[in-house]
Amino acid sequence: MTRIVLLGGGVGGSMVANQLARQLKAEVLHGDVEITVINQTPDHVYQPYFLYMAFDQAVPADARRDERQVLHSQVRLVVGEADRVDRDASAVIMQDGTKIPYDFLVIATGSRPAPEQIPGLTEGGHIFYTEEGALKLRDALQNFQGGRILVTVSVPHKCPVAPLEFSMMVRDWLNQRGMESAEVLYTYPIGRLHSLEPVAEWAARVFPERNIQSQVFFNVESVDPENHTVTSLEGDTVSYDLLVAIPPHVGQTVIQRSGLGDAGGWIPTDRYSLEMVGADNIYVLGDATNLPISKAGSTAHFEADVVSANLINRIRGGKGSARYDGKVFCFIEAGADEATYIKFDYQHPPKPQPPSSMIHLYKLAFNKMYWLSAAGIL
Amino acid sequence: MTSETKIVDARGSYCPGPLMELIKGIRQEPVGTVFEVWSSDRGSAKDIPEWVKRAGHELLSNVEEDGIYKVQVKKVK
Repeated sequence: MTRIVLLGGGVGGSMVANQLARQLKAEVLHGDVEITVINQTPDHVYQPYFLYMAFDQAVPADARRDERQVLHSQVRLVVGEADRVDRDASAVIMQDGTKIPYDFLVIATGSRPAPEQIPGLTEGGHIFYTEEGALKLRDALQNFQGGRILVTVSVPHKCPVAPLEFSMMVRDWLNQRGMESAEVLYTYPIGRLHSLEPVAEWAARVFPERNIQSQVFFNVESVDPENHTVTSLEGDTVSYDLLVAIPPHVGQTVIQRSGLGDAGGWIPTDRYSLEMVGADNIYVLGDATNLPISKAGSTAHFEADVVSANLINRIRGGKGSARYDGKVFCFIEAGADEATYIKFDYQHPPKPQPPSSMIHLYKLAFNKMYWLSAAGIL
Repeated sequence: MTSETKIVDARGSYCPGPLMELIKGIRQEPVGTVFEVWSSDRGSAKDIPEWVKRAGHELLSNVEEDGIYKVQVKKVK
């Protein structure tokens, strides 16, 4: 029997498991293949809703489903904390000591925000990259009386368009509440407003029209929660009334405990095959890789197609030579009930489209349709 | 290139892009680390030195080889 273990039941792990279960149905029913997902919690959380939660446009229940309901009935689900991957034993060792052996391992453990890496940030700033943080920010916005909302962006971080989206949405939110005089100051680590040049050019056009201030070359070094200031490694100090920080992200601790990651906990991964470097029976997808591409759900989505195709092919005697082309697709909420999108891959830069209400509506619809993606259908 | 040099292979990276990949490396690795960023984007030959100067690190070299822009940077603080 071939045992396929998926470490992580987010978008990447769930999609691969469900695609395998559907396409290897006969093998699974005959007992030739077993598919196991290991997930920390019984829940599956759709993280893009956190942005909307901050504005009280969604609540936690909107983003949560039972992982068991998301997974195909033929996929085995183990809920618990993995302690480490033991490559010598070809097994995942759970914290309770249980060994889950694998013939193929798919690592889809994602990333986590690490505000503790910036002195003062946990005490002085808000983040919307976790459910808890988004709800705290929601409360802070409800009580906001005016002044400066400072948005900072640290590297690396997931969902690279969310800082822009937040800035445009909070500007609208303030204006609707009669706080036109409040300031929104968006900062960015490099010399333009976004790493994607066309998106940066678009933001540079739109920000002055929307009354959003900006400062580039701003990498947060420390936060002074008492004096409400942020200092950058470039040497600038900026004051704030409400700090909304996108913290640096790191790989999950299970990766570090397993000795599989680099200094940041990112796993060296072949950019085309998605195999872990030096391991032909381990695939890595989503935020967990060290690849220089966006840490975003859509990246995991397109990578899942490749990993599934290769596993199915190899189980049936093939070489597993499907290649990931670097494809990423992201919606960008533009505020004012409009949105746009970008798509790109290793060879083709993005060409942003003008924002429209239609794309905003499609994004809202996708938020509902997401569950079909996790099911491996869409 | 010394044996200590860390290659940042950011070819084909539009987002987060070569400079952001370098900043990620600089955040993660200790002072004294030398990075060599590989980029397929001509803009990197200008963007990276510009940021390195602002951030107070050291630019060691900046060359193009067969359409790949290679920029060496030392983390000094």
